[in-house]
Amino acid sequence: MAKLDVNGRLHEVQADGATPLLYVLREDLRLNGAKFGCGLGQCGACTVLADGEAIFSCITPISVLEGRKLRTVEGLGTAEKPGPMQQAFIEAQAAQCGYCIPGMMMRAQALLERKAGASEADIRAALQPHLCRCGTHMRIVRAVMRAGELSRGKS
Amino acid sequence: MLAALAVLTGFAGCASHERLEPLQQPPAFAREVVAKGGELARLGNCLGCHTDEGGKAYAGGTPIKTPFGTIHGTNITPDPDTGIGRWSQEAFARAMREGVDREGRHLYPAFPYDHFTKLADDDIAALYAFLMTRAPVRQENRSNSVPIPRAFIAVWKSRYLERGVYQPVSERSAEWNRGAYLAQGLGHCGACHTPRNAAGAERKDAAFAGGEVEGWHAPALDSASPSPVPWTMETLEAYLRHGIADLHAQSAGPMSEVVHDLSQVNEGDVRALATYIASLDTRSDADRAKLREAALARAGASKAQQGNAVYDGSCADCHNRGRGEQGGALELPLGTALTIPTPRNLAYIIREGIVPPEGERGAWMPAFAGALTDEQLTELLVYLRALGGRPAWRDVAGEVKKISRGD
Repeated sequence: MAKLDVNGRLHEVQADGATPLLYVLREDLRLNGAKFGCGLGQCGACTVLADGEAIFSCITPISVLEGRKLRTVEGLGTAEKPGPMQQAFIEAQAAQCGYCIPGMMMRAQALLERKAGASEADIRAALQPHLCRCGTHMRIVRAVMRAGELSRGKS
Repeated sequence: MLAALAVLTGFAGCASHERLEPLQQPPAFAREVVAKGGELARLGNCLGCHTDEGGKAYAGGTPIKTPFGTIHGTNITPDPDTGIGRWSQEAFARAMREGVDREGRHLYPAFPYDHFTKLADDDIAALYAFLMTRAPVRQENRSNSVPIPRAFIAVWKSRYLERGVYQPVSERSAEWNRGAYLAQGLGHCGACHTPRNAAGAERKDAAFAGGEVEGWHAPALDSASPSPVPWTMETLEAYLRHGIADLHAQSAGPMSEVVHDLSQVNEGDVRALATYIASLDTRSDADRAKLREAALARAGASKAQQGNAVYDGSCADCHNRGRGEQGGALELPLGTALTIPTPRNLAYIIREGIVPPEGERGAWMPAFAGALTDEQLTELLVYLRALGGRPAWRDVAGEVKKISRGD
């Protein structure tokens, strides 16, 4: 059994310590924002935050995550009340199929929390571990720039 | 060491060098000479030290950490004021062979003139032609934080700089000699792969016995090679050209830049380098075969092993598949990083992953810096070392702390 702090709520899950966090999020906690893409840490679709750092949840076993604050895309806001990152992605219409977007948002969130005034070059470099097959990269970069503005209080 | 050098200065003296006249008019260069120089610049990985991260090619500024302080690669574009635009070929050749700049000042031996002194005249001329035809970049050189006056470098040279062009070994093949010329000269392999003494000079009695570069361990290339499966000429050639070879670790850290350059030069020179380097391992074929069999058996056994949650959850998915399968990676008991004297390489690779330069193709390993705490990484390193079948590393926790602090 492991105790996981996800989006500010403490969960007790019955799973082997080597189980990847992604499986627990999706199957036990029903948090389906993070996606299974490759299962090998190569596509970024499963990215969530652990103590503010972006991690690939498909290759991070829950045994290393006890006592750390985990955040998923569900923690950034709701459909009714989207947070700045989500609002920016809606404004920029950055999702096409949307499969990669929760992972992109989470790594972008980690970047902006570390560096509020991140430049376009910073964003491109940070998002390098993420793949998008639809090809909406330009809009994704724009959305993250916009999220930076929204977080800094510009409307 | 300063004190020792000060004493030495007394009798060695400081041979001064004259300032060479500035070049008035840059000469014209033949196209094929420039092309040859470009090839040579890649064989020498000049970009490695003379281009800063995200900076303009050959414009310098690259910080190079040494035990004596940080030295910055200089601007070797033909900008007349901040680069080498006013350097004659004579001045360039003198810098390469004697470690003296156009003004006559000694250059720190972080610039490997102890290797470049072996270069043939026409290769120096070609490199000069290549550099003088690059786009000039106006960028001032950054100052160095080495508390050793340049005058002491004269003493260093009198003891450690062996001048002279490479002399072929007649009993060896032309290919071997070409490889030796490139490896000992322009390629300056020993700058990283040979251990250095207290004065920062390569130990001639321990050539290619394994050294250090920017915090990474550069493994031994001689019979002390720690590679679980001994290298062959063929696997070395594949590795130098592609950064990856069957049953061997892939390039990471500073070596990945070298491989990137070698992927763009002619195949003959890479084969020559592989021929020469393979010859440094003088263990018998029978001994090498035994090591190979033992390593493969260990790799096979490791797949069945379970019991470390981090390994099972983070590593096994790729590394238990082996290279043969889609998405598979090397079985870790075959990785050199598990067998070298320090956990640093493995720690760097796990923390930062293996990531090709932006926009380029290349092998990929995800980074685990955010996922694993220092304690968890330490535990994983200890586990992996045991998987590689070597006696435990000392103070793994201390090394991990240093690395996560950025030391």
